[in-house]
Order: sequence, then C-alpha cells, then structure tokens
Amino acid sequence: MSAAARKTRARPNRILLHAFLLAGALLMVYPLLWLASSSLKPANLIFSDLSLWPKEIRPENYVDGWRGAALPFSTFFINSFIIAGLAVVGNVLACSLVAYAFARLNFAFKRTLFALMMMTIMLPLHATLIPQYALFYGLGWVNTFLPLVVPKFLAVDAFFIFLMIQFIRGIPRELDEAATVDGAGPFRIYWSVILPLLTPALITTAVFSFIWTYEDFLSPLVYLTSMDLYTVPQGLRLMMASKGASSWGPLLAMSLLSLVPLFIVFAFFQRRLIDGIATTGLKG
Amino acid sequence: MTITSAPTAPRARPPAGRRKVGLNARQNKAAFVFLAPWIIGMVCLTLGPILASFYLSLTDYDMFTAPEWIGGQNYVKMFSEDRRYFQALKVTFTYVFLSVPLKLAFALAIAMLLNRGLKGLGFYRSIYYLPSLLGGSVAVAIMWRQVFSYDGVINQFLLKFGISGPSWITSPDYALYTLVALAVWQFGSPMVIFLAGLKQIPQDVYDAAEVDGATPVRKFFAVTLPLLTPIIFFNFVMQTIGAFQAFTPAYIVSNGTGGPADSTLFYTLYLYEQAFTNFQMGYASAMAWVLVAIIAVVTAISFFSARYWVHYGDQR
Repeated sequence: MSAAARKTRARPNRILLHAFLLAGALLMVYPLLWLASSSLKPANLIFSDLSLWPKEIRPENYVDGWRGAALPFSTFFINSFIIAGLAVVGNVLACSLVAYAFARLNFAFKRTLFALMMMTIMLPLHATLIPQYALFYGLGWVNTFLPLVVPKFLAVDAFFIFLMIQFIRGIPRELDEAATVDGAGPFRIYWSVILPLLTPALITTAVFSFIWTYEDFLSPLVYLTSMDLYTVPQGLRLMMASKGASSWGPLLAMSLLSLVPLFIVFAFFQRRLIDGIATTGLKG
Repeated sequence: MTITSAPTAPRARPPAGRRKVGLNARQNKAAFVFLAPWIIGMVCLTLGPILASFYLSLTDYDMFTAPEWIGGQNYVKMFSEDRRYFQALKVTFTYVFLSVPLKLAFALAIAMLLNRGLKGLGFYRSIYYLPSLLGGSVAVAIMWRQVFSYDGVINQFLLKFGISGPSWITSPDYALYTLVALAVWQFGSPMVIFLAGLKQIPQDVYDAAEVDGATPVRKFFAVTLPLLTPIIFFNFVMQTIGAFQAFTPAYIVSNGTGGPADSTLFYTLYLYEQAFTNFQMGYASAMAWVLVAIIAVVTAISFFSARYWVHYGDQR
C-alpha cells in the first residue's frame, strides 16, 4: 500500500479519533462547566435544571457567597495569598541555596547528606506530623502562619532541591570557573551566575509551590484554629458545614472563585507545568 | 632558627596540592553556610520528628501532659481490638487497589491515542490534564459531592433513561466508589508522563515491527508496552504512594467523619481524628509509623517485582 493510499484510508479514522477525544474532553470538563453554570443558578434550579445554560441567572450568589459564613471571603483569600506567597519565596530561596551547594561545592559528608536529602523526598508527611505539631505548639506557633511558612524557608520540600540540582548540573562549569578567575567567591557565583540561569527551574518551583500551598487543606486544618486566619479551603469547608441546602448557590460560587487563581496560573504557565511533570514526574 | 623556619616556609606557601586543601576548607565553610537552613530543617523538622514519633508511638500522650511509657500497647490495640482501624485499612487498600490501576489504564490509553501526531495535541493534553491540577482542592471535592448527591447531575441524567440512581454520597455501598471516580478523573498527570515516554520510543522500532508484519495489537504488546515499563513502574510507585496518603476528598465528601458508616474512613482521616480530635497522639504516632511501614513495604515489593517485568534499555 502506498503512503498516499494509506493516508486517504486513515482520514476517516482520524476524524473518528478526534470525535472520540473531543467527547472525552467534554466529559472531563463537564463537572467544571456544571460548577460554573450552577454557581449562577437560583438554588431551586441547581438540582432540577440539567442544562449548562442557566434559564435564570442569579449573580447574587457571588455577593452572598463573598460575605461568607462568618467572615467575608476577602479575609480567606488574603490569608491564602500571604501563605502561598511566602511559601513560594521560601522554597525558591532555600532550595536554590541547597541545590547550588550540592551541585557545585565540595564539602564534608556530601554523600551522606545527599542520601539523606533523597530519602526525605519519599517520606510521607504523616511520619513527622505529630512531633512537628508538638514542636510548634511548644514554640507558641500554633494558630499563626509560621508552621505553614517557616518550613519552606528551611527547604523541607526536598523535591525542589533535587529538581534544581538536576538543572544546575546542566549549566556549564566554565561559567563558574570564569567567574572564579574574575575573583568571585561561591556567594557571588550563586547570585550572579547560577541564579539567573536557573530561572526556568525557579519558575517551575514557584508554580508548583503556589499550587500545592494554595490547595493544601490538611496543614491549615491542623494549625489554624481561629477563623480570621482561615485559608480559602477552610473558608469553603466552614461555609459547607454551617449553611443549609438553601445556600448551595453561594457555596458553589465561592468554590468556582477559589479555583480562579489556579486557572490563571494554568493559563500562564501551562508549558512549564506540563514540562515539569513530564521531565521530573512532579505530581500534578 | 634556620632549622625551625625551614618547615614553616612551605606551610606559608603550600605546594599546588596543598593549596587545594586550603581552598576546599574555604569551600567547605561556604557550603555549610548554604546548607545551614536545610540542615536546621532536616534535624528539627524531619529527623528529630521521625525519632520522636517512634518514641511517642510507645507512649500514651495527649499533648498537654508528659508522655507516659506504655511499650507496644498502642500497636497491640491497633491490631487486636480497634475495629475502626481495620475498617480504615480496608477502605484505604480498596481505594489504592482500585484507583491506581484504573487511573494508570486511562492515562496510558489516552496517551496512546494522543501520540499519533494529531493536530491539536496541546489542546487535548491541557484539557485532560486540567482535572489533575484542580483535583486536590476543597472546591472540587465540594463539586463532586454535589454531582453525586441524590438529586445531583448523575442521577438526573440516569433519570432520563428511567433509572433511579442511589444516593451515592450517603450510601455506605457507593460512597467510596465516588472517591475512586474522583481519583480516576485526575489521570492527567500520569498521562503527561506517559506521553513524554511514548515520544522517546524511536519510530524505527515500529518500522521494523511493521516490516515483520506485526499487527497494531502485536506492536502494542511487543514494542510499546515493554519499552514503556520503566514509566509504568514510575507512575505506579508515585501514584500508589500518593493514594495511601489521600485525605482532602474523603474529609470533604464525608464532612470530616469518614462516613457514612465509616465507608470512607481513609487511613489518614482516622489518623487525623485520633490525633487532633481525640488527642490520642501516642496512638496516632503508632498509626503513622504503620502507614510509613506499609508504604515502604509496598514500594519495596514494587521495586523487587520490577526485576521481572521492567525492561531497561541497557539490559537487552
């Protein structure tokens, strides 16, 4: 069979494949479209009207929802952004420092420390949860943002260290050597040679740190007990628990709104996210 | 004077080899400055707590009074009289054994379909990946609860065909499966990894198979699948470790209870309840250690079995 003949035979298959994939794609996003549409419907229509296009639009869901259960959602969003923002800064700074040392410097016990670092990547969070809680409780940090933020400045998320080490190993050593000849010490080299070239890995780290911290529910649930410190996920949970079935509209409106920052990050950093997962196996 | 000064002279101006040692000492110092935050974190937030957690697992501890040594009693209680603990194990293993293979099967199937030089690959990949990105959030869990509720979308849809669906979320028979479905819906991230792996398989291997008259099915089983086993293995291990630790969806869908009738009492949910609702910190520490052991054993078994089914390129 000639290539041309094969191509013409393949065409209907292609169309079929596209139809199948499009149907699948629709199925995948259907729950999200349903969420968007329901967030605009009056309560009585959410569970009776199947169509994605609301017969009757009720934007007040967003106004009512924003007022929240006990505190307005502005509080929860501000808290979430503070925590996620600090987590991003902490991970980018601390992990890049450690990664530079492992990738470029020689020091005592390097192999042992590297092995330790690799082991902590796989460690389930629960192994350390309770003693960490006891420690932070002893320090008087419970019910502050500190337990959620300080660990990031101590490079506890070892996966990002590994990611950056891999990246730094790809940067030509000649650049370091040239800088050394020019009289630069390790700190200058880190700051003016490595860090600028590390930008792609830093962005990957920043994006994943933001997403994970912003979505995280367990840690805020454990550490933040007073409502004015609640993050967005806790705010949603509070709203879900404290309101009856009549307020499904506002709850769904706030659920959708809470996903907006993630949609924005996805829109801007899609390539970086997908490459980050494809090349390093970072969990999405 | 001359005798004593002779050995000091080289010390002041060491030979090339020695100078390197001097440089290393400086580098060593610098390195530990770079490493300092991580070492503090490592000791205070990881190594210390792991050891402390083991100690606490052998005590009766409520956070507010000093831990009281009780030996292995927590472990004995866990495996002999705590029926909810067994329920948590059952729920978690069911969840892992159902969700991980299903998720990987979907991920591989869609990745295979997408890896045909299709137009719009980027578009499809983004759409299929999106649920993975959002899936861990509370918002999505709330949405899921609604979609599967008694008067939710699924049942309204079934009603069009005259089927009256059960109350998925509040029925002990189905609640866990809605959570499995939620996990499977997030097959996007392993799919992205499969896609990257499929791209690595050289076209000439397929061409050679075609010359030998291999059918598409045979090509899949004789070429694609064996060459993809390292990726399958990686995805399997990562997804399994993740699935054992699932928390948020179960917490939200069951309203923090693990209900109905403990049918969604995930291991982590029970651990949370023991630690932060009942303040049984010693017991919860023992549970945490068993969880770590379970994950370690499952991972070890996976690695051991990999020798028999994972093909690495250089082993040919």
